[in-house]
Amino acid sequence: MNQSAVKAARRWYWQRITAMGMALFVVIHIAVMVYAMNGGLSASEILGRTQGSFLWALFYGVFVVLVSVHASIGLRNTLVEWLRMSGKAAGVLGNLIALLLLVLGLRAVWAVTFGSL
Amino acid sequence: MKTNDMRARRHASWWAFLVHRVSGLLLTLFLPIHFWTLGLALESEVALDQALRWYQHPVFLFGEWALVLLLAVHALGGIRLLLIEFRPWQGLRREWIAVGGLVALATSLLFLNAS
Repeated sequence: MNQSAVKAARRWYWQRITAMGMALFVVIHIAVMVYAMNGGLSASEILGRTQGSFLWALFYGVFVVLVSVHASIGLRNTLVEWLRMSGKAAGVLGNLIALLLLVLGLRAVWAVTFGSL
Repeated sequence: MKTNDMRARRHASWWAFLVHRVSGLLLTLFLPIHFWTLGLALESEVALDQALRWYQHPVFLFGEWALVLLLAVHALGGIRLLLIEFRPWQGLRREWIAVGGLVALATSLLFLNAS
């Protein structure tokens, strides 16, 4: 099998693996949102839950890594299929989005865990 | 466009594909804003609170409801795809699309009710 087909299969595989993981994360995320929304959101409510919490930091940290991989593969596929972009160009843009989501996401996790302590 | 394409697009599965892709793209676009907002906690609790207060405007409340709907639709549509790809073949399973859509809508309304 040629190298690009192997890479395409690997992207397919990783998108599914991250999806399987995130199915559980999304259910918990939505449940927390519905619970937390009761009476509106405030910073003290959010930070009261997350500040100094190793478990929430781990939960959201892993969630960020999964979504960065998942979304970048999806975006790459969309760019190739809908904008007729070359695999190489779409791959570069996909990697940039993955990096952006990873950096901003982990920064956010850091912020709600250790920020303004 | 080939005529064959247009026939395929009358099938519920094509609409499920379109909704899955568009919801995925919109969620990807939303994430940087989401992360940036939470990152305000690095500045201060007040900065984060100000942003959250701003989001309580009716326009944003509609947006938040739409985002929960998009997330639920994308998750349920994704679970449908995983079941189709990894479980034994069981026919067309078109009803999964309707069930997924209804459960996603119900979830988003539960969120709206709580907000």
